Amino acid sequence: MKSSGIALVGLGLLLLLAWSGTYTLTENEQAVMTRFGEPVGEPISSPGLHLKMPFADTVNRFDKRWLDWRGDPNQIPTKDKKYIWVDTFGRWRIVEPLRFFQRLRDERNAQSRLDDIIDGETRNAIASFPLIDAVRTSNRAFDDDEYMAKAEGDAAEEPVSIGRDRLTRQIRDRAAAVVREFGVELVDVQVRRINYVDEVQLKVFERMISERRRIAERSRSEGAGRAAEIRGQRERELKSIRSEAYRKAQETTGRADAEAAAIYSDAFGKDVEFYQFLTTLEAYPTAIDRSTSLFLSTDSEFYRYLKSSQK
Amino acid sequence: MAKDQTPFGGGPGNVDPREVLQELWRDLGRARHATGWILLGIVGISLAVSSYAQVEPDEVGVITRLGRFTTTVEPGPHFRLPFGIDQIIKVPVQRQLKAEFGFRTENTADRTTYAATSQDMTRESVMLTGDLNVAVVDWIVQYKIKDPYKYLFKVKNVESMLRDISEASMRAVVGDHSVNEVLTTGRQQVADEAKLALQELADRYETGVDIQQVVLQDVNPPDPVKPSFNAVNEAIQEKERAINEAYAELNRVIPRAKGEAEETLQAAQGYAIDRVNRAKGEANRFASIRTEYTKAPDVTRRRMYLEAVQKVLKQAGPKVISDESQKGVTPLLHMEGIALTPAVSAGTAEKALGGDKSQ
Repeated sequence: MKSSGIALVGLGLLLLLAWSGTYTLTENEQAVMTRFGEPVGEPISSPGLHLKMPFADTVNRFDKRWLDWRGDPNQIPTKDKKYIWVDTFGRWRIVEPLRFFQRLRDERNAQSRLDDIIDGETRNAIASFPLIDAVRTSNRAFDDDEYMAKAEGDAAEEPVSIGRDRLTRQIRDRAAAVVREFGVELVDVQVRRINYVDEVQLKVFERMISERRRIAERSRSEGAGRAAEIRGQRERELKSIRSEAYRKAQETTGRADAEAAAIYSDAFGKDVEFYQFLTTLEAYPTAIDRSTSLFLSTDSEFYRYLKSSQK
Repeated sequence: MAKDQTPFGGGPGNVDPREVLQELWRDLGRARHATGWILLGIVGISLAVSSYAQVEPDEVGVITRLGRFTTTVEPGPHFRLPFGIDQIIKVPVQRQLKAEFGFRTENTADRTTYAATSQDMTRESVMLTGDLNVAVVDWIVQYKIKDPYKYLFKVKNVESMLRDISEASMRAVVGDHSVNEVLTTGRQQVADEAKLALQELADRYETGVDIQQVVLQDVNPPDPVKPSFNAVNEAIQEKERAINEAYAELNRVIPRAKGEAEETLQAAQGYAIDRVNRAKGEANRFASIRTEYTKAPDVTRRRMYLEAVQKVLKQAGPKVISDESQKGVTPLLHMEGIALTPAVSAGTAEKALGGDKSQ
C-alpha cells in the first residue's frame, strides 16, 4: 500500500515536473525565456511543444503576427497652409523579441511608442508637401467632359511632386529606422483618411458650389450658342436651297427660251416676208374685236370690188 | 498515513490499526468500484466529445497539435487527439464575406433596411478627390478566404485590417480621379482600380484573403453641395433642350424648302418643255404652210389675206368705208348691221359721219 501511495505521489510530482518543464507555442506566438528574470538562449519562434527548466524558466510570449497600429487623427497644416485631418494606420511586427522585451516589454508600450514616432513623422511629411501630394498618387489627366473640365484661365493645379505612395513610404522609412532598435519591423504606413478640417471644408464646399455654378452657366450658354448656330445654319440652308432653285429655274427657262428662239429664227428666217405676212394676218383677229371701229377705204384689196369689178 | 490514524488513534490500543486500514481499504474499494465506473464514463464521454469534430460544407478545418499547425481538413466528420492536444479551427472558405463602408445593412430578412448613418460611417465615406473636391462614396468589398493558414496565423485582427486597407486603397484611387469622374463616368474604373490596389495590399499583409469584388454603392457630392450638382445636371438638360429645339425648327423648315425648290424646278422644266414644244409646233406649221405657199404664192397669199380680213371684219365693231376718189362723204355701209344695236350704230355712224364732215 505504501508503494502505491508513493507511486501516486511520484506520479503527481512527475506531472508537475512535466507541466513546469514544458510549454507550447501556437502558430502565432514566439517567446523569450527568462531564468529568474535573466534572458536565456535564443528566442523561440517555432510552434509546438518545447522544454524548459522547470520552475526556473519563465516563458514570455509575444505575438508573431502582423500587428496593427492606428494613428490618432491629427490636424496638420500642409505646406500650402491647408488644414487637414490625417488618419493613418500601420502594420508592424516583433522581429527581435528579446530586444522588444528589453526595450518595450509589451504591446501596449509599443503602441504608445509607435504613436509618438509615426505621428511625428506623419506630421513632418504632411507639413513639408502641398496637399495635392497627400491626395494624389500620380499626375494622371482627368477624363472629364469638355464643359466639366476647368475653364481656361483657371489657376493651374499644382502638379504632384511625390504623390501619396511615396509620401507614405517616406513616413514609413523614417519611422521604421527609429523603431528598428526596439526589435520592431514597421512594414507599412498608410493614410487611411484625409479630410479638411471643418472651417476649411466649408470653404471648399463654397468653392465647389461656385465651380458648379460656373459649369452650369457655361453649359447653358453653350446650349444657347449651339442653338443660335443651328438657327444660322437653318437660315443659310434655306437661302441656299431657295436661291439655287431660283437659279436653276431661271437657267432652265432661259435655255428653253433660247432654244425656242433658235427654232423660230431657223424656221421663219427662211422667208421673213411670208412670216411677217402670216403672223400679221393671224394677229388681226386677236387684235381687232367688237370695240374696234374701222375706217376702211375702197382702195383696199378687200373692198375694191364694191366700187368696181374691174381687174 | 498519520491522517488515517487520527480519527481512531484517540482510543485505547485494542484496535489493530492495520485491520482498520484494511477494512477501510475494502470499503474504499467498493466505493471506488462505483465511482470508478462513473469516472470512467465521464472520461470516456469527454474523450469522445473532444476527439470528434464536424466540419460544415462551407468550411475547412485547420488542425493544430500542441499549437503547431498540422493540416487542414475538408468538410465531414473528423477525429483528433483529445483533451485539447489537437485543436480544430473552422474557417468558412466557401462563404462570400462582405464588408460595408459608409452604410450598414441592418436587416435582410424580408426587406433590406439600413442602419441610421452614424458619425463614424460618414467619416468612412467622405473623401478627397484628385481635384481637391469632396465626394461621399459608399462601397462594399466582397471577399473569400483563400488561404486559411495565413488568415488565421499571419495577421492579428484580420477583419479590422481589411477595413483599414479597404479604406486606404479606395481613398488612394479616388484621390487620383476628379470629382466628376468619381460621380459619373469613372465609377467602374474607380471600383476596378480599388479592387486591384486592395488585393495588392491584402497580399502584402498576408491576410490570405481573395478580394472578389469592390462595388461602389451610392456616390454623391456632399449634402451642402448637392443642389449645385443638380443645377449642373439641369443646365446640361437645358443645353440639350435648346439644341434639340433649334434642330426641330431646322427640321421643320428645311425639308419643306427643299420640296418647294423642287416645285420651282419642275415648274421651270414644264415651262421649258412647253416653250420648246410650242416653238417646234409653230415652226413646223410655218414650214408646212410655206411649203404650200411656195407652190402657188400669189393665189395663196390672196386667199389668206381675204380669209383673214373676212374673219376680222366679222368680229370687228363699226366700220366706215370711204372712197378716196369721191373726196366726200362716203355712203355708210353697215356690213354687220344685225350685230349692232340701232342706237349705238346710228350714234357711232353719226359721230363718224360728223368726224368725217369736219375733215
